[in-house]
Parts: sequence; C-alpha cells; structure tokens
Amino acid sequence: MRLIRLATCTATTLLAAATAAGCAPQSDGTSDSASSPTTTTSCAPGKLSTQTAGKLTVGTDKPAYAPWFQDDKPANGKGFESAVAYAVAKQLGYAPADVVWQTVPFNNAFSPGVKKFDFDLNQISISDTRRKAVDFSSGYYDVRQAVIAVKGSKAYGAKTVADLKNAKLGAQVGTTSLDVINDTIKPTQTPAVFQKNDFAKSALKNGQVDAIVVDLPTAFYITSAEVTDAKIVGQFDSTGGKTEQFGLVLDKGSKLTSCVSGAVDALRKDGTLAALDKQWLSEAVDAPVLK
Amino acid sequence: MTLDKQELYVPSARRTERERYRRVRTRRATAIAAVSTLVVAVALYAGIVSSPGWQRTRETFLSLDEARTSFPDIMRGLWLNLRLMVICGALAFLFGLLIAVARTLRGPVFFPLRALAAAYTDFFRGLPLIINLLVMIFGVPALRLTGVTTDPIVLGGAALVLTYSAYVAEVVRSGIESVHPSQRSAARSLGLSHWQSLRHVVLPQAVRRVVPPLLNDLVSLQKDTGLVSIGGAIDAVYAAQIVVGKDFNFTPYIVAGLVFVALTIPMTRFTDWVTARMDRRRAQGGTV
Repeated sequence: MRLIRLATCTATTLLAAATAAGCAPQSDGTSDSASSPTTTTSCAPGKLSTQTAGKLTVGTDKPAYAPWFQDDKPANGKGFESAVAYAVAKQLGYAPADVVWQTVPFNNAFSPGVKKFDFDLNQISISDTRRKAVDFSSGYYDVRQAVIAVKGSKAYGAKTVADLKNAKLGAQVGTTSLDVINDTIKPTQTPAVFQKNDFAKSALKNGQVDAIVVDLPTAFYITSAEVTDAKIVGQFDSTGGKTEQFGLVLDKGSKLTSCVSGAVDALRKDGTLAALDKQWLSEAVDAPVLK
Repeated sequence: MTLDKQELYVPSARRTERERYRRVRTRRATAIAAVSTLVVAVALYAGIVSSPGWQRTRETFLSLDEARTSFPDIMRGLWLNLRLMVICGALAFLFGLLIAVARTLRGPVFFPLRALAAAYTDFFRGLPLIINLLVMIFGVPALRLTGVTTDPIVLGGAALVLTYSAYVAEVVRSGIESVHPSQRSAARSLGLSHWQSLRHVVLPQAVRRVVPPLLNDLVSLQKDTGLVSIGGAIDAVYAAQIVVGKDFNFTPYIVAGLVFVALTIPMTRFTDWVTARMDRRRAQGGTV
C-alpha cells in the first residue's frame, strides 16, 4: 500500500515537470544570433539566411493603404513602399519572383514571438524606445506630418500651430501623427484616437472631429481621392529638430539587419529612393508649413 | 453528597486517542498538500523561466518602467469605463425589465407587444456588438439629423444599452417565469389586479432570483464599455494600446488587465455574498 502511494506521488511530480517542459515554446532559431559577431555576417546576393531559402519574405498590414501601396495588392510593385521593397530585394540579390508577401498586422510586427517575415514595411517610424523590441533598417523615407480639415470645421482656416489648440483632433493609434498632436499641438481637448485611418476619415466627414493628422503623402491622397471637401491645412516642421524616418522592421537581433540597412543606404546614395518618392508620392504640390 | 465539589470534565482515553489521530492525519494532509503545491509551482516556474524566449518576454510584457509610465493614462481611461458601466447598466436594466414584462404579458390583445419584444431580443442578441457600435457611432452622424448628437461616447453608450437590454430582458424573463403560477393565482384570488400582482408578488421574487446572472452581465458590460473606443474615445484598454503602439512594449496591456481584475473581484465577492444571504433566508423559511 505504501509503495503504491509513493509511486503515485512520484508519477504526479514527474507529470507536472513534464507538462511544464512541454509548454515551453520551441526555440525561434534566432535566439543564438547575439552570440555571433557581426563581422562574420556576409551579404552574399540571394543567399541570406531568410525565412525560406532563396526567398525574401516581406510583411505589411491589410488593408495596404495608398499611396504606399495600390489596390491593396502589395505584390503588384505599385505604390512607394511596394516599390521600395522590390528595390531592396533587388539590392540583396532577390528577383521579383522570389519576393513573397505576408499579411502582418501592426501589433504582430513588433510582438516578441516568432516572426514569419524577413522584414516588414508599413509606415513604421523609427524611435529609440521601439529599438528595444525590434531592429530597424536605415530610414527609407523622411516623414512629414500634416493636418487635414473639412470645409466648415473649426480648424479649416488654421495657419499656425496655436490655431489648432482648441480644435477636436484625431489620429490613428500607434502613429507619430498622434505624438504630433500630443507633443506639438497640445490641444485643450483629448484627441480622438482611431484604430484605423478609415475610422478617422469617417469621423472627419461626419464632423465628429475638426481635423485629423496623418503623414503628408497620405494627406495628399485623402484630400484628392477620398474626402474631397477636405484640404491640407498645413504640415509640420521636423519635430524636435530631428527628422522622423520610416524604417524596415526586422526581428530583434536578426542576422539580416546590417545587410538590409546596407541595401537601403545604397539605394539612398544612388538616388533610387528619391526617384521612387517622385514617382509614387507626387510631393511636387507643396503644403504650407504651420509654425 | 459532595455539593461543594466541582467536577471537571475529563475526556476518556479513547476520545483522547481519537483526537490525537485526527490531528496527526490533518497535519499529514496539510504537509502533503504544501509539498505538492511547492513542487508544481517550482516546476512551472522553472519551465517558464528556462524557456528560450523568456528574457524578451519579460522585457516586453513585464517592464516596470512601462507599467509606471502607462498607469496614469490607463486610470484616466478607466474613468470612462466606469461611467459607461454605471449609466448603461442602469438603463439596460430598466429597458430589459420593460421588455421582459412585455414578453410575459397574457392574452391575445398583447400579442403584438410580445412579438415585438421577442423580435427585439432575437435581433440584438444576434447582432454582434461591434457592428451595432459601428452603425451607431459612424452611421447615425452620417444621417446629418438636426439635434442628434455626434458624440461617439453617447452613441456608443446607446449601442451598449440596446445590446445589453436584450440580454437583461432574457435573464429577467427567466426570473419571472420561474415564479410558480400558484403565486400569481393566490394574489389574484386575494383581489390584487394583474399589475398589482406583478408589482408586489412576481417581480420582487423574480429579480431576487436573477441577481447572480444580472451581476454577471454587469461584469461583462464593464469590459464591453471599452469597445466604445472604436469611435475614438479612450478607455483603459485603449489607453494601454496607445502606449503599446508607441513604445512596442506590451506591459500596459497587463496593467489594464490587472486593473479590471482588481475591480471585478469585489463585484463577484459581493454577488456571492448576496446569493449566500438569500439562500440562508430561504432555508430558514423566511418571508418570500
């Protein structure tokens, strides 16, 4: 009888330990990357240690908004970010046919779990705080934020930052547009924060907000194609004197980070980024600067 | 006769032995339970801490700096959750009660009311809350009606009341129908009218019987108030998300979750206490 009881206790203990061990997540394969020195990293064209050998997997959100993408089809090479992705791929030695696209919601781009993309581009701004969770490439786009208001709203005639102080403003969550509202404009009313720009645009049309803040190319697209009785009231100078940039997002400690950064730097140097900017973002039209 | 001598109780040898045995068994059981719990806890802790991604998970989900930084915003957002819970909860209860009474009316004259009430509960229990919110918050202002608010908090609150009224109505209806028909018959035989029977006999019993599920609905509503944020309002969860999206750290979600747990535990303990008290009164054959 005592032996049976002892065996039962032992089995229970072993079962608990086995269960805990079984619950431990499998290694994501990149946890040992910190131990390898960066000097041994090679950027052999087409032979990087990507998710799938011989393929470059790129992530972006869905819907993929214009003018960054077109027709919600990242793979068609149209739109600034789609074009940038293919240019980076080419620089790294991957033909367009070897580029694979994945839908990656914003939160998944920076969650600590296993990544299913090599890099993600989704108008994500680089910041030091965010660097604690992900790797960024060099910046591929210098960002300007802008204010859009509908005719008849309180903010429509604004010419200075102070003119916007009493307006009801809106922006998308997780964006530096929201930071501009909170840190630069500092409105008297709490800003409205939306899950998606689609909701922000609806609120703008309905008069539920006086103005919304978005990046400048998105502002041009919205005012020309979507909310046509709205106009760009103005854009902001670089905040805090430092240029805000979008960067490609990679897993923390990814082996590809230096190669991808090198590719972006090369594209900037040879003028490709500027050409794509001119082609897809049509910033020839200027917007007044809010002081 | 020893009248002045006080005789003390002295347990028998058998009783002493029995008490000793029980104490020994109790200590043994307690010790085994403690050791077992300790073993399981250590095994779980070791399993989690030794997992490959633990360091990053700890930094990303359990950062004290992020918790401290996001806490004030989460508490400000929580104030919206609480206001909506109280106001929408009260309104949902009133409307739900009204619908439940309508559904339980007798007689062919009231068939249209019964049908409407049934259609209402079927529709709003079937309609996803998120769709209801989207239609109210973005659809109603699009009608551009004069005098109708465009405030997403008011419109979102209205959507919550519409949806929760349907659930409350079903809960209250089950309470009404759980009152035995003899209660109503007895009241009628004493000369009370239909409405007086309802008011003084049926509803008091019905409501007391459905207090636990009603409080469950209230706890659920407390969390659903956060969905009003779809219109741009900032509740506790959304305040957390704003920081998460800015800093790429998920700790604010943990903070918001713990805040809601801290709120809900007193509510559920209160529910347990109310239920237990009613059970005791019923068991003693107290007043109905």
